[in-house]
Amino acid sequence: MLSQQDMLEAERHGKQVRSIYVYEAPVRLWHWINALAMVVLAVSGYFIGKPLPTVPGEAAENFVMGYIRFAHFAAGYLFAVGLLGRIYWALVGNHHAKQIFKLPITNPQWWSEVFFELRWYLFLEKYPKKYVGHNPMAQLMMFFFFTVLAVGMVFTGFALYGEGAGVGSWQDGLFGWVIPMLGGSMQTHSLHRLGMWIMMTFAVIHIYAAIREDIMSRQSLISTMISGWRMFKD
Amino acid sequence: MTETFYEVLRRQGITRRSFLKFCSLTATSLGLGSAAAPRIAHALETKPRTPVLWLHGLECTCCSESFIRSAHPLTKDVVLSMLSLDYDDTLMAAAGHQAEAILDEVKKKYKGNYIVAVEGNPPLNEDGMFCIQGGRPFVEKLKETCADAKAIISWGACASYGCVQAAKPNPTRATPVHKVITGKPIINVPGCPPIAEVMTGVVTYMLTFDRIPELDRQGRPKMFYGQRIHDKCYRRGHFDAGQFAEAWDDEGSRKGYCLYKMGCKGPTTYNACSSMRWNGGVSWPVQSGHGCIGCSEEGFWDKGSFYDRVTSITPFGAESNADTIGKAAAGTVGAAIAAHAAVTALARARQKAGEPANTSEQIQGEK
Repeated sequence: MLSQQDMLEAERHGKQVRSIYVYEAPVRLWHWINALAMVVLAVSGYFIGKPLPTVPGEAAENFVMGYIRFAHFAAGYLFAVGLLGRIYWALVGNHHAKQIFKLPITNPQWWSEVFFELRWYLFLEKYPKKYVGHNPMAQLMMFFFFTVLAVGMVFTGFALYGEGAGVGSWQDGLFGWVIPMLGGSMQTHSLHRLGMWIMMTFAVIHIYAAIREDIMSRQSLISTMISGWRMFKD
Repeated sequence: MTETFYEVLRRQGITRRSFLKFCSLTATSLGLGSAAAPRIAHALETKPRTPVLWLHGLECTCCSESFIRSAHPLTKDVVLSMLSLDYDDTLMAAAGHQAEAILDEVKKKYKGNYIVAVEGNPPLNEDGMFCIQGGRPFVEKLKETCADAKAIISWGACASYGCVQAAKPNPTRATPVHKVITGKPIINVPGCPPIAEVMTGVVTYMLTFDRIPELDRQGRPKMFYGQRIHDKCYRRGHFDAGQFAEAWDDEGSRKGYCLYKMGCKGPTTYNACSSMRWNGGVSWPVQSGHGCIGCSEEGFWDKGSFYDRVTSITPFGAESNADTIGKAAAGTVGAAIAAHAAVTALARARQKAGEPANTSEQIQGEK
């Protein structure tokens, strides 16, 4: 009986929902693996620069920094391999998969919508627009604060890893040039850490914007990154 | 023809047995293995001694001080026997015109076949007037002397990177040697000063094999600058365990724990201190209880405090490290988001519940 009631109610009050498949499975999988890697990287990286309080006992019985650094390096590999996989998918996946890698900067319509989104976030527009993929503002932010920054973090990260792996390691061979270019090992460490803070700050904005737009723009955002389908609620 | 190293040694009454012992010892200290010892012996028996001109620019002479304290091989051997140190303002007996004359003589006689060792660097501002030698700017003397040299050795942080006189704002525009001299092989031997055995090791290698040692991206000999202090540090075990000195007089400090939290630059410094140590292996900075200050790294005076690991970043000024900038940014953004969310909630509350948002709006980007 109850279910029949529910069905009637749903028919009476429910709205037409249109949906479209946006994010393919590899993009979604990458998104969450990447998010996990970033959390591990940020936390372990923070404690590499500012270690936890000294542990008591013999040195041979403890391996605190060793484990923290292992977590950082393992998550770093995951992050880098994930990024490579994501770049591959940008080449073979649907057109939404390319969004965070290239900006249509020559398109005046795109720019006008960037500014429309800016006005929307500044409460100067009453109604939001709906987008199948990222909105242009989100795309712009994603390009600089994720894609470009992530590549920078991978390059500085592997350059620093190459210091430990030693001269002649492939990490040193491929990325070692980064260190003298940035002005030395200490400077590279500092910039790598600053990159972490920028990325974490962006993550906070990213999560806030996703929740807010999920509510305000009457379209799904968060569940889209789980199911792949974007739903427009009216 | 100049005498060979072997001839000089024999003349000084040194036996062949001692000579061969020296060859084995040198081969070992250069990490070349036993097969190299006969090659070294052969080279020293047949090759004429290479003249070395040792120039001093803007510097404090700490490189010379270090060099004359070398234990293996003894500096006496290097200076008096292996190389023909024909010019060195601070060590030579001659002075004035006689001293300067030797520069021209060596330049002509051994054209393209002598080594120039530079301690310190030339200042370029005011036409180089901040360092005058023999009545003219050092930069001119440096360029002239290096013109016909076979190779150039940049001793210390000054010649390699600029050191304290090149620290911001660098009023005299002190400039590392490799930015003034081009087209010649230049070996950077950084450190303030470099380790004595590293200095003599580099010279020995060059004289023995008649070529410069293998260099890394920054022009440093790989054999001595291939690893960080941290990689060979005897306190590394405490680092991996997570055991740190947290104050200069705490328990951890007394127990010899890792000095990372006290700002040790060992993990970001390439040098041989932790393996070769100083003063004939007596000690070295970390062993004496103070962290490494990174004196063999480029621009170490401008790379923040000696006592912080998360330290100031050059473009952001003395008081801003990655954490202060990052926390300020994260804090500002967090506050802005809270305010933004509050405004959004208010605006939404004012909107009538259930009012359809603009249904006519077209979906963007649909293809």
